[in-house]
Amino acid sequence: MRMAAEFENLEKHYHLGDVVVKALRGVTAAFPEGDFVALMGSSGSGKSTLLNLLGALDRPTHGRYILGGYDVSTLSDRQLSQVRNQLIGFIFQSYNLIAQYTVLENIQVPLQYRPGRPPISSRDRNRCLDLAEQVGLSDRLDHRPYQLSGGQQQRVAIARALLNDPEIILADEPTGNLDSKTGAEIMQILGKLNREGRTIIMVTHEPDIAEQAKRQIYMRDGMIAGEGIFPG
Amino acid sequence: MIARLISTIRLGFKSLMLHKLRSGLAMLGIMIGVTAVIWLVAMGEGVSYQAQQQIKDLGATNVIVRSMKPSSGSATGSSFIIEYGLTRDDYQRILEGVPSIRRAVPMREIKGDARAGSRESEIQLLGVTPDYRDMNHLIVERGRFLSDRDVIGEENVCVLAAGAATNLFAHENPVGRKIEIQFNGKSDVYKVVGQTADRTPSAAIGGSLAGRDFNTDVYIPLTTLRLRIGDQVITSRSGSREGEIVQLSQITVTVGEVEEVEEAAGIIEILLEKYHPLGDYAVVVPSELLRQAEMLRMMFNVLLILIAGISLLVGGIGIMNIMLATVTERTREIGIRRALGATQEDVIIQFLAETIVLSAAGGMIGVVFGFGCIPVTYLAQTGLERWLPEVWSTLPTTIRDLQPRIAIWSIIASFLISVGVGVLFGLYPARRAAMMDPIEALRHE
Ligand SMILES: Nc1ncnc2c1ncn2[C@@H]1O[C@H](COP(=O)(O)OP(=O)(O)OP(=O)(O)O)[C@@H](O)[C@H]1O
Ligand SMILES: [Mg+2]
Repeated sequence: MRMAAEFENLEKHYHLGDVVVKALRGVTAAFPEGDFVALMGSSGSGKSTLLNLLGALDRPTHGRYILGGYDVSTLSDRQLSQVRNQLIGFIFQSYNLIAQYTVLENIQVPLQYRPGRPPISSRDRNRCLDLAEQVGLSDRLDHRPYQLSGGQQQRVAIARALLNDPEIILADEPTGNLDSKTGAEIMQILGKLNREGRTIIMVTHEPDIAEQAKRQIYMRDGMIAGEGIFPG
Repeated sequence: MIARLISTIRLGFKSLMLHKLRSGLAMLGIMIGVTAVIWLVAMGEGVSYQAQQQIKDLGATNVIVRSMKPSSGSATGSSFIIEYGLTRDDYQRILEGVPSIRRAVPMREIKGDARAGSRESEIQLLGVTPDYRDMNHLIVERGRFLSDRDVIGEENVCVLAAGAATNLFAHENPVGRKIEIQFNGKSDVYKVVGQTADRTPSAAIGGSLAGRDFNTDVYIPLTTLRLRIGDQVITSRSGSREGEIVQLSQITVTVGEVEEVEEAAGIIEILLEKYHPLGDYAVVVPSELLRQAEMLRMMFNVLLILIAGISLLVGGIGIMNIMLATVTERTREIGIRRALGATQEDVIIQFLAETIVLSAAGGMIGVVFGFGCIPVTYLAQTGLERWLPEVWSTLPTTIRDLQPRIAIWSIIASFLISVGVGVLFGLYPARRAAMMDPIEALRHE
């Protein structure tokens, strides 16, 4: 089976003055294409740190990370940017839309940073409209984020994450700011995307959300403590 | 590439429009700087153009020697009659003493009144020689100008300037008609032999040459003036009588080459100095005016560099300040863009585009205000003349007659400078935005 992402012995150290914080202390895992993983663990266990490394927002202190066949652990800042643009779709707990942009413009943002920076064509535009429709926002294209509910904002973020057809979708507590009903709607969309073949890695604290993933990975103290919702 | 540039600029414009007041205030400094550059350059160009026009009028190869009324009390003669100025002997001395001389044209000038039938008009009576016409580029519209025979024969003939002709004869042909001119209680009749064409008034020069309206001139032979009126002219004004004795009002000396003007002026000074201890004359070198104008322009340029430099610096710092605030405010946005694939360069370009749009917009508004230079100067001049005549009269004539001339290069240069200021002062905030850690930026509240 082809691996969407795999990493080996990843370590991440933060230096705070003389103190070294080891946020990740050697994690190894592999995610085949079409995987749907819930990353769990107590607060401070390193989930977000791991997700940021997977998202090429940062480089590991040690270890190797292969994404879609590329070794990401050694890339330059410029190359990392391209990896983020082309191989990764981010979904954040706080949606992270650009406040002054409309729904459509927010979905289009990744287009601004495509390799070679080609101008936005009518084909690109149609793709954005398609994605907006997939997440059920066709009638909200000209709205700005403050005119949308949390669930709707998160759907915009999902559409935006799908725009460049990423290798993996990374979601850090995507339902963390939503009520259970809206959270369930978002999970439905993610489940559907996974059934369509998308690889999804999702951080969550909620067991009933984690249950909807194919498998669960539990972290503790910067290491993988085991698989399954409950440790041990 | 072009499309990307346009879209980057459009994005910059859009985000600036989110804070209209703030952007407007940030632009102010640049705007004032650009306006100042355009205004000051226009003033300098105006001064220099004015000087060039005057030199063209007066002749670059001329030295103009004028009689100057000495300050009261120092004049010789009885209490109300003063004698001063250039003499016919001075004229001879100049003719013989200046080696590079081509010709010297003497002239006597008196303010007076002329009559033709029932019409009366204030005129400027000029006793001249035939050379006067050529030297002043007078165009004879009707009849002829004064001839050597008129001068030798001390004939009672005259040539009218266009304005004087209209005043005295309406629109009839004055040639062949007669006018009556009265001085010292004695009146003489002159036959009109010609009329000159309209002529634009000349501006004043450096205090020793007053501005002149040539259109009320009446020319008669110099010899006739001496014979009929004499050197002494008594005028009675509001009861008090005053008089002056002047032989010549002006001698215009023409030399061969512009380079010889300076030397000729020096020789004339030496020739006249010992006969005129009171300094009741002035030597004006038209080409000297250019140097004065250049001095004034230099002054404008120093002012320009100062004002423009300060306001552009302040403007630049203002823009930098705003951009630093913007960058901090939009930390989260920067994080989002970085997560979605923006490189550090993309972020730099984005913020730099905003600063450039900001400063270029400021520059453009500044250019628009720069064009206001001409009407504002005009309004200021007419306003001062009308409402504050005392202040107006103390201003040097260069300022009073100044017509600013907007230089295209100053528009282009100041606009480019404003864009340059945008780049210079935008670079630091933009770099700061680009150097942010994406993860921390995303976490920023
Ligand atoms: N930039 C940083 N500098 C220093 N220490 C950091 C930094 N980022 C994370 N850490 C530390 O790394 C450890 C792991 O943090 P991380 O954010 O990955 O935890 P988490 O599992 O996502 O927790 P939560 O569930 O609360 O989001 C923590 O001890 C945290 O203090
Ligand atoms: Mg976290």
